[in-house]
Amino acid sequence: MDPECARLLPALCAVLADPRQPVADDTCLEKLLDWFKAVTEAGSSLLLLQENPCLVELLFHVLKPQDLSSRILSFALRLAGTFAAQENCFQYLQGELLPGLFGEHGPLGAAAWAAPTVRSGWIQGLRSLAQHPSALLFLADSGAVDTIFSLQGDPSLFVASAAGQLLVHVLDLAMRGPAKGHGRLQAQDWPACAQRIVCHLEDCLCSEAAPRVTQALHVLTTAFGHCHGLWTQGLWVQLSPLVARLLEKDPMPAPHALVELLLSVARSSVPSSNPGLWETAAQTLSRLSPMQAGPLAAGILKLQDCPQALRTQAFGVLLRPLACVLEATAQAPGTPGLLEGAAGDPMAVDMLPPSKSACVGLLCSTLAHLELLQPLPQRPSPWPQAPLLAAAVTILRFCNGSAAPSSEVGGRLCAMLVGCVRVQRAALDFLGVLSQGLGPRELVTQVFAVLLEYLMSPDSSPTVLKKAFQATLRWLLSSAVPPGCCDLEPRAQLVLRELLAVLQKRLCSPCWEVRDSGLEFLTQMTRRWGGQAGFRQTLLASEVPKLASQLLQDPESYVRASAVAAAGQLSSQGLLAAPSSPEHPAGPQKTPLEELLLVLTTDSEGFPRRAAMRVFTEWLRDGHMAVAEDRERFMARVLQAASGDLDWEVRVQGLELALIFLQQLLGARSPGAAPPGALAQALRALCRVQLFEFAFRSLFDCDRPVAQKSCDLLLFLRAKAAPSSSPQEAGDSPDVAPVEAALQRWRAGEQGQPLGELAPEAVLAVLRSMDLEALRDTLAESSDHVERSPQSLLQDVLAAVGVLGDNEADCY
Amino acid sequence: MLDCGLDMTSTLNFLPLPLVQSPRLSNLPGWSLKDGNVFLDKELKECSGHVFVDSVPEFCLPETELIDLSTVDVILISNYHCMMALPYITEHTGFTGTVYATEPTVQIGRLLMEELVNFIERVPKAQSASLWKNKDIQRLLPSPLKDAVEVSTWRRCYTMQEVNSALSKIQLVGYSQKIELFGAVQVTPLSSGYALGSSNWIIQSHYEKVSYVSGSSLLTTHPQPMDQASLKNSDVLILTGLTQIPTANPDGMVGEFCSNLALTVRNGGNVLVPCYPSGVIYDLLECLYQYIDSAGLSSIPFYFISPVANSSLEFSQIFAEWLCHNKQTKVYLPEPPFPHAELIQTNKLKHYPSIHGDFSNDFRQPCVVFTGHPSLRFGDVVHFMELWGKSSLNTVIFTEPDFSYLEALAPYQPLAMKCIYCPIDTRLNFIQVSKLLKEVQPLHVVCPEQYTQPPPAQSHRVDLMVDCQPPAMSYRRAEVLALPFKRRYEKIEIMPELADSLVPMEIKPGISLATVSAVLHTKDNKHVLQPPPRPAQPTGGKKRKRASDDIPDCKVLKPLLSGSIPVDQFVQTLEKHGFSDIKVEDTAKGHIVLLQEAETLIQIEEDSTHIICDDDEVLRVRLRDLVLKFLQKF
Repeated sequence: MDPECARLLPALCAVLADPRQPVADDTCLEKLLDWFKAVTEAGSSLLLLQENPCLVELLFHVLKPQDLSSRILSFALRLAGTFAAQENCFQYLQGELLPGLFGEHGPLGAAAWAAPTVRSGWIQGLRSLAQHPSALLFLADSGAVDTIFSLQGDPSLFVASAAGQLLVHVLDLAMRGPAKGHGRLQAQDWPACAQRIVCHLEDCLCSEAAPRVTQALHVLTTAFGHCHGLWTQGLWVQLSPLVARLLEKDPMPAPHALVELLLSVARSSVPSSNPGLWETAAQTLSRLSPMQAGPLAAGILKLQDCPQALRTQAFGVLLRPLACVLEATAQAPGTPGLLEGAAGDPMAVDMLPPSKSACVGLLCSTLAHLELLQPLPQRPSPWPQAPLLAAAVTILRFCNGSAAPSSEVGGRLCAMLVGCVRVQRAALDFLGVLSQGLGPRELVTQVFAVLLEYLMSPDSSPTVLKKAFQATLRWLLSSAVPPGCCDLEPRAQLVLRELLAVLQKRLCSPCWEVRDSGLEFLTQMTRRWGGQAGFRQTLLASEVPKLASQLLQDPESYVRASAVAAAGQLSSQGLLAAPSSPEHPAGPQKTPLEELLLVLTTDSEGFPRRAAMRVFTEWLRDGHMAVAEDRERFMARVLQAASGDLDWEVRVQGLELALIFLQQLLGARSPGAAPPGALAQALRALCRVQLFEFAFRSLFDCDRPVAQKSCDLLLFLRAKAAPSSSPQEAGDSPDVAPVEAALQRWRAGEQGQPLGELAPEAVLAVLRSMDLEALRDTLAESSDHVERSPQSLLQDVLAAVGVLGDNEADCY
Repeated sequence: MLDCGLDMTSTLNFLPLPLVQSPRLSNLPGWSLKDGNVFLDKELKECSGHVFVDSVPEFCLPETELIDLSTVDVILISNYHCMMALPYITEHTGFTGTVYATEPTVQIGRLLMEELVNFIERVPKAQSASLWKNKDIQRLLPSPLKDAVEVSTWRRCYTMQEVNSALSKIQLVGYSQKIELFGAVQVTPLSSGYALGSSNWIIQSHYEKVSYVSGSSLLTTHPQPMDQASLKNSDVLILTGLTQIPTANPDGMVGEFCSNLALTVRNGGNVLVPCYPSGVIYDLLECLYQYIDSAGLSSIPFYFISPVANSSLEFSQIFAEWLCHNKQTKVYLPEPPFPHAELIQTNKLKHYPSIHGDFSNDFRQPCVVFTGHPSLRFGDVVHFMELWGKSSLNTVIFTEPDFSYLEALAPYQPLAMKCIYCPIDTRLNFIQVSKLLKEVQPLHVVCPEQYTQPPPAQSHRVDLMVDCQPPAMSYRRAEVLALPFKRRYEKIEIMPELADSLVPMEIKPGISLATVSAVLHTKDNKHVLQPPPRPAQPTGGKKRKRASDDIPDCKVLKPLLSGSIPVDQFVQTLEKHGFSDIKVEDTAKGHIVLLQEAETLIQIEEDSTHIICDDDEVLRVRLRDLVLKFLQKF
């Protein structure tokens, strides 16, 4: 601990111990605890207490019956636990203090215990303290374990959950010692403390009260999830019969917690030694309702090693709701579906819940599970791509009312799903993911058909439309022939025509979200296929490019930003029509560059300006024709606009643009200095576009990312301009005084001062004289690094208490 | 009579009435029978494979065969669309009753009728076709003429004089106003949220309540929101006027309308919106008010052409009390409740009575024109269809759900202009109906048969039907239905002085009884108990009966008895009074007490007691008095 903090510590302890001076800010106490934890982790706690007796005095003070706030009491409990984590310090505090704080005569028996924060502090204190064998003895002797048992049912969820975690921690601590030498122990050889906890868990598992069963299952889930000792295998051997018995009960208690436990055990080292687990899992799968079994099935399928039979069963459970959907529209019973076995089983087919909310929930969760499973290497094989596609399409058709149900279940499904946005979103996401695989030709045709239906439907909500656009894009991408080629296959080409007709209408939607999604879709399509003749032809034959450029004037800033991106992309590919609107039918037509510069200089919102900068950066990088015509003029205009922008992101983007320009002038790839001739030429160009003024000014920008970016830029330039490559003649020193004077003024915050004409030599000289590395290091520290020091924290706490009176006086 | 709407779909069988001479329409070939017979070619014309009647359009009237309309006492009107047949009924059937409607309903209804009359009268057509209506001939005609029903009852449009006369029979009412009908029932209009002044009606007596739910809307549009709470506790709820396009969500349709409008105009095309002069047009104008700036259409002129355009736009602004809350508050700012006022002020929306006159001077393209009639058979819309139909740049957007747009377009084929169907029907859909019925819980629902089954074209859509418990009672055309309740009680008032004289006696906790002797006075279905006239005082010792004293005799009544006889105690009492050899037998209805010695039998049942003894009157009276001891008298 640094001396200044040590000096402030007694005053701090006095403030904390004084009930008349409440510490207003909870986060201060949390920060103090973090600090103490860091200090104790770095050195001896015992030494810390001996050197700072005020800390022990504070803890003793808490023991006295008085009107101390529950927050301070909780703080003291956690602080004591932090100190006592080291065994020698534990011994030091054990005599009176620890039993006083954590024993029956401490807060446990006092009125303060009613505050959840005190109970939570008590648990967290013990959690920190329980790190060594002495602590285990203390826990056993002080009766704390019983208290922890009772806190598992605490009305505060935080306290109850922390109590469960503490139990696991204590169990792990107890088992860790003996297990080290002996490997797997028999239950009767477990330490007394562990036996007590296990016994308690057994009681809970046998209890008729569902909350107690749930508590035990949660504790066990945490234990198998976090403890990796061999003893966990013994624990499962001991408790699995009780768990199996739970499965037989009707109704099954706490099914969700049971699923969590089984998955946690399955992910642990238990299955390697206890294959019986798989039987339990299989039994559970068959006993649970479809809604409850879904997470278990999905969890099993994500496991790396698991018996094939169980995987097959789990996959069957997961697919069953979709099989029902397919069956509900099957023209003939027994149509090859997802589940060959289940298709003819009326029980399996009629398993969809009768209520709308349950049915919707089941379908959404099933689709979400399958969506997560699809990209995994361990996903079931063979993957039923075709039936899954058919199921996704059918669900979407049920949702828009176009499915033709062939059974009573189908009729019910139709009534439940029609217009259901939740299912539509889930099914569209899933359909998008399925684009990763192939499908029979007629099914892919159906996919595009249903996607077009959704895109065309006036009833599609904006979020559904967005998902439909995303799924369409994915399917178009997957339709490239051969895979990876940028040409659209003939069928996709046909879809494209209809798609652009829809897009045309969507770009005129009164709902801004729809216009925005439409523009995003257009940008992505153009980026991907802008060079393809078929796409170009179809796009240019439509109104879409014209509409996109009209949307640069949209009243909604998000739409304008998307329009900027779209216009940028279209222009890059030479697809942008000259913008005109019915407002200004005969007005002078601007080039895309002029249009976007206008956005950059005049738009009142940040998003479109940022988008414009991104487009310019892309144009410069890709050598857009409008840029290549006169690159310096382009740079000068954009940098001038960006440097004066109020939005720091625009300024950062401006520096990014400047960096690319630099790299293009000096060669980004070649390491080391640039050839002198090229450097001189480049420097003159940089001066002409006034890049230095922007970069130097940005060094002192009040927004740190801007200053950092500028620093990186100047460092890059300096590296390229090695001393030997200086363009100046020996002995002819440039006049750097005006530049340095300007820099001084900017540093002082007088940003309005102009820099004036710059000579390349002066720039280089200034650049070399600056300690850019130091500046970079300073900027790399977070802006509050000074304020975050422990010393500052202590001062803050003290100051807050000291000036409390003044603050009150201010509140007139 | 609940509502009297006019079926205007009959006009779809007629050729359009052009405002200016249309060579295309006047040169259409006459239709001839298969055998080449041309006797109908003056009446029927053929256009793109369809046959139309070349005559003044005619309308299909409400059913008149089933009931003699002169016997109808009252007509309740729900909204201005449901009164278009009123002149036919009030002027030609001998109707002498009263019509009840709210003020906006009458005013806007008048505008609709005025527009209709104007549309038809300003293009007089000398020719009147009736030959084709002959049943034998009609059978030979192609569909849909062949299948048209009751063509003989189709009538030409009424005159303005008839309209005025019909409207003069309307009694204006306000929401929640209770109107007594002959003392028999009370009727009350409630806001239905569908249109300005639109109402649902409660028809109730003291013990029965029937709700008539007609065109209603739960969406937030311009009218006052629907009053659902007052529909609760109905014995019967008659449900009509649901949305005609249950699969079209109005919000989506408005979006579709705006997108298509913008697309057309941006490409330099014109947009034609066939519409009624009131109703959805207010909401459309409001949407466009918000949309045109964002779509960059501020300089595009919007024209509203109707003989009643000006009145409609102005009326909408003055019916503040009938508007939704948001619009009502604007009035107090003060601001016009509808933004179309601003559109008019800024010259973005211009309105004209017809295409003649000022309009032709101001007309500028591309533009958007709102005009009637939605059937495309008469009104200024006919002119625009002829004018713009040839160019694919133009678009006609159908927003009114009353007419099939394909049938409406039939006489304009071949047509190059784009057609968009965006029916905006804000009336209740089936999901909303389900929620409404769950909320108001009527004992029985009565609705047209069509609502109780999915639409024929979408038989799998079981969500598109009324779903309630018990299942709705359905009716079809010309079916007579008995509503499932009986009038079992009537309310009777007691005059205060009579009530004063009553002496109630509590026979059970909370239940008191009193005997009443009174005169029941019934007039106009109201029943009143009045004190009986005092018996004439004997004057001068002479008893004289006068004619005016012809009143019911008020005899001194025997007291009424109540209570039950506890058999055990009764037997004990008998024994105390010297009866012996008593036997008690239980019967299905009570007990029989046998006094064997006295050869007497006392039969005690729930509502009667009989003492049967042989001519021993003294014994009977003794026993009777013993029985009476156990009973209360009043």
